[in-house]
Amino acid sequence: MADTFPPEFALEDSDEFSTLRLAGDWTVAHVQDVDEALRQLAPAKPMRIDVSGLGRIDTAGAFVIDRTLRAAASGAGSDAVIVGEHATAGRLIAQIHAVSEPVPAPPAHEGGVYALLERTGKGFMGILAESVATLAFLGETLITCVRLLSQPWKLRWTSIVAVMEEAGLDALPIIAFLSFFVGMVVAFIGATTLSDFDLEIYTVELIGYSELREFGVVLTGIVLAGRTNSSFTAQIGTMKMRQEIDAMKTLGLKPMEVIVAPRVIAMVVMTPVLAFVATLAGIAGGIMVGWLALDINPAVFIERLRNSVPIDQFWVGMSKAPVFGLVCVLIACRQGLNVGGSVQSLGRATTTSVVQALFSIIAIDALFAVFYMELGI
Amino acid sequence: MSAEPIIRIRDLKTAYGSHVVHEHLDLDIRRGEIIGIIGPSGCGKSVLLRAIVGLKQPAAGSIEVFGERLEKLDPDERRTLERRWGVMFQDGALFSNLTVRENVMVPMKEHTSLGPQLRTELADMKIRLAGLEPDAGLKYPSDLSGGMRKRAALARALALDPELLFLDEPTAGLDPITAAGFDTLVRQLQKSLGLTVFLVTHDVDTLYATCDRIAVLGEKHVLAVGTIDELRKVDHPWVQEYFGGPRGRAATGH
Repeated sequence: MADTFPPEFALEDSDEFSTLRLAGDWTVAHVQDVDEALRQLAPAKPMRIDVSGLGRIDTAGAFVIDRTLRAAASGAGSDAVIVGEHATAGRLIAQIHAVSEPVPAPPAHEGGVYALLERTGKGFMGILAESVATLAFLGETLITCVRLLSQPWKLRWTSIVAVMEEAGLDALPIIAFLSFFVGMVVAFIGATTLSDFDLEIYTVELIGYSELREFGVVLTGIVLAGRTNSSFTAQIGTMKMRQEIDAMKTLGLKPMEVIVAPRVIAMVVMTPVLAFVATLAGIAGGIMVGWLALDINPAVFIERLRNSVPIDQFWVGMSKAPVFGLVCVLIACRQGLNVGGSVQSLGRATTTSVVQALFSIIAIDALFAVFYMELGI
Repeated sequence: MSAEPIIRIRDLKTAYGSHVVHEHLDLDIRRGEIIGIIGPSGCGKSVLLRAIVGLKQPAAGSIEVFGERLEKLDPDERRTLERRWGVMFQDGALFSNLTVRENVMVPMKEHTSLGPQLRTELADMKIRLAGLEPDAGLKYPSDLSGGMRKRAALARALALDPELLFLDEPTAGLDPITAAGFDTLVRQLQKSLGLTVFLVTHDVDTLYATCDRIAVLGEKHVLAVGTIDELRKVDHPWVQEYFGGPRGRAATGH
C-alpha cells in the first residue's frame, strides 16, 4: 500500500462563507482521528467544503464529510456545498448521501420495579408453559410409541439399532469404569468408618444396598444426561436449523416417528442394560477393595452378599432405569426440536437439555426413594 | 488499470484427497476490473475462490495477491493483507448470534481504530448502501429472507472498503429486479471506489451487466479468458453452448 497521510481539516472564515479545507487521506483506517473534532464543528455561516487538497477517500471518509454537510445545513439553515476538484470525492459523497440519513435509535428498555415484576411474571409463566409443553410432548411420544409398537413392521429398526449402539453400547466402557471407581470409594469409606467398631464385614451390606439400589442406576442416568442428551439435542437441533425437519414433514415423514420414537425405544431398552453393568462394576469395585484392603475373600464377599442383601434391592434399582432413560431422551428430543435459526439457540438448547436431564434424574430418584419407603421395600 | 495484476495464479493444483479439482491453472486478474468466473457446476469455481483467500491450501503452484504469496507471510502481514479484501460467501455466512449491524461492525472492530459511535453510523450506512432498510440492522440473520441475507453479507464484505471484493454467487436465488439492483450496485461501487471484483456466478444477466472480462473454468483449468465478444468466438462446446444457448441469447437480446 502507498504511504498514507492522516486526515486533516482547517476552517477558514470569510465574510460570506466558512470554508472547510480537507487534506490527507480520508479512509476507514484513519478517519476516527478527525471524527470527534468534526462533530464539534458549528459554523455560523453557510459552509463550503473544499476537497481540492484531499488525498484518497473511501466510503467511510465520504460518510464523515457528508455528515458534516448535513449538520452544517441544519445548523446554518442553508445548504452546504462541495467546492474544488477531486477525482472521486464528489461522486462518492453524492452516492453516500443517498444512504446516510441518520437512523433513529430504537426505544430503550424500561428499568425499575415495574420491569422487575414483569420479568418475574414472565419467568414464572415460562416455567408453567415449559412444564405443560414437556408433558404434552411426553403424551405425544407415548402415543406414537404405543401405536408403533402395536405395528412393529412400521418401526425403523435400523435407526433403533444404530441409536442402541451409539448411545448404549459405546457408553458401556465409561459407565462401567466410573461405577467401578465409585464402588471402590464407597467401600473405602465404609471400611474406614466401620473398622472403628470392628465391623468391616458390614462393608458387604453397604456396597450391596448402595450399589444395587442407588449408585448403579443413578450414575448411569448422570452419564446419559451428559453424554446422550448433549449429542441428541445437538443432532436434532442441527437438523432443525438446516430445515431437514421441515423437509421430512413435506415428504410425509413424521419427525415423531422418524426421530423421536427410535431414540425413545432404544434408550428405554438400553438404560437397564447399562444400569445392570454399572451395578456389577460397582460391586466389583467393592469386592476389589474388600479383598485388597480388608482381607475379605471374594468368595466370602459374594456369599455374604447373597445371604444378607435381598433381591428386592436389585429390582428397586432396575425399575428406575427405564424411567431415567425415558426422561433423558424426552428432554433431549424436545430441546432439539425447540432449536430456532441461530447458533446461539442451539447452544442454549443443548445446555438446557443437559441441565434439565440432570435435575430430573436427581428429583425423580428422590421421588422413587419416598415411594419405595412408603411401600416398605 | 495498471499492468501489474492484483491476483496472479500460476500452475495451480488443488485437490481433495485423490480428487483433483484444478491442475495447471493460470489466471491473472487486473486491478480495477470486474472479472466473472463461470463454468459448469462442480468445476471448482468456489474452490478457486477459497484457494485465493487462503481457506484451501493449494497442492502445488502459486497464488499471489497484491504481489504477495499468502503462505509466505507471517501472521501480522497476513492480517494486514486480509483487511484489504472482502469476501461474500454463497449463503451469506453471517454470524447468527449477532445482529446484522453487529455483523457489519465485526471487521471494523477487529481491524480499525473506529470508535463505537462512528462504527455504528458507518455500519448503518453500509447496510443501506447494500440496499437494506435501516431497521434491518437490528434484526438477526435468521429473521431475514435469503435475498436480505445476501445484502447483509455484502454490507459486511464492504465494511472496510476493500480494494478487492470476492463475491460467490451474489445474485443466485434473488428475484430478477433485486438481482439487477445488485448488479448496478456492484458496478457503481466498482466505479467510485476503484474496486476489483472477483465474481463467481451462474447468472448470465449479471455477466452482461457488470463484468469487464470473463474467465471460463472447466476441465480443471481456465478454458478461456476475455470479454463476452471474445468468448463468443472461442471454439469450445461448453462456451458455445453457454453463450449460444437460450439463456445466453436472451440476455443479449439476440
